[in-house]
Amino acid sequence: MYTQAMDTMGKDEAPKAIRSAEDARLQERFDARIDAGDFIEAKDWMPDHYRKTLVRQISQHAHSEIVGMLPEGNWISRAPTLKRKAILLAKVQDEGGHGLYLYAAAETLGTSRDQLFDALHTGKAKYSSIFNYPTLTWADMGTIGWLVDGAAIMNQVPICRCSYAPYARAMIRICREESFHQRQGFEALLTMMTHGTEAQKAMVQDAVNRWWWPSIMMFGPPDDESPNSAQSMRWGIKRVSNDELRQRFIDATVDQAKLLGVTLPDPDLKWNEARQSHDFGAIDWSEFKRVIAGDGPCNRERLAARVKAWDDGAWVREAATAHANKQTLKEAA
Amino acid sequence: MTTTTQNEWPLWEVFVRSKAGLDHKHCGSLHAADSKLAIQMARDVYTRRQEGVSIWVVRSDQIVASDPGDKAMYFDPAEDKVYRHPTFYELPKSLDHM
Repeated sequence: MYTQAMDTMGKDEAPKAIRSAEDARLQERFDARIDAGDFIEAKDWMPDHYRKTLVRQISQHAHSEIVGMLPEGNWISRAPTLKRKAILLAKVQDEGGHGLYLYAAAETLGTSRDQLFDALHTGKAKYSSIFNYPTLTWADMGTIGWLVDGAAIMNQVPICRCSYAPYARAMIRICREESFHQRQGFEALLTMMTHGTEAQKAMVQDAVNRWWWPSIMMFGPPDDESPNSAQSMRWGIKRVSNDELRQRFIDATVDQAKLLGVTLPDPDLKWNEARQSHDFGAIDWSEFKRVIAGDGPCNRERLAARVKAWDDGAWVREAATAHANKQTLKEAA
Repeated sequence: MTTTTQNEWPLWEVFVRSKAGLDHKHCGSLHAADSKLAIQMARDVYTRRQEGVSIWVVRSDQIVASDPGDKAMYFDPAEDKVYRHPTFYELPKSLDHM
């Protein structure tokens, strides 16, 4: 799963004026490497602004994976069959793993895990708005896999070519694992639509109605309202624009919805022959801004659950550290 | 030997042998209190889909790396030594598999 293009949501100060001739030379070499399509590694020189942008984007992405475990974790104990329960457990475990790959990538830029967690727990850091919506029925599990993970994959594949190599490597690993997430979701819905009762089919349609708009918001604000996008594109952190990714996702999803036998809740959604793409209705960006700012249906609940998990685990972390220190002292004696 | 106590678990680099006969390859890092936990967590984080048959972990602060600033000085001089590669030598067709 993935954070939306929230890298555009930060308040960036303008890059500072270049200070010395040495800095200018380093900056020039850095720009040349970016232009040549080179990868930047952790120990390489990079502009402060590049580093800050990456720390923010990668950590938001990591937080999204971790918070993203909550809406689905909600259904593990209520999965309808043992098979679905095992699948859901594996998927939620994957999200945890993805969070860890990404935290590790962020840490290569000189931040610490404790700082990153602290930013999440104090509400300073953002995570994807999608996880602040509730998961009301079992059909939400399939729909999250199909739409939310589908949107995530669309977003994430271009980041496998991100100029910052530790991030790109984490993304390659994540993308390899992510495809199962979308397929299991679609298959779960297809099973309900093919073999389910009328009530179960209605449940699928209801879930799709609720998740469609938040899913297409995952790609972030429109291009003309993403002031930092151009810089991220220039640096090879971002490869494809928000609107372009959103269009690709919508075009891919329309046929999948037909196959499933559900409708997408947008009366303005129709094929445009001239554009060879689907037109779609206006997105309610006020809702998006509200949810990002902390006022979505589940923001408080999600954050409280993360903080509680962290606090409840404190004694385990302390005990493991105390044991390790004791062993070290014993060896030294 | 100095002993330090810390709050944040130290960082470990993880190397995984994907199957018998191949070498261990670096695949990422993680935080763990000690080596035993590091191995166990590496199993959970990096080998959920049979990606490995053996794991090495090493404390990140124990790794010594070449300086990226020395890259040109260290590695570029080999570029003009093409005679170190087999393709440098032109042999008769009948011997081309040598």
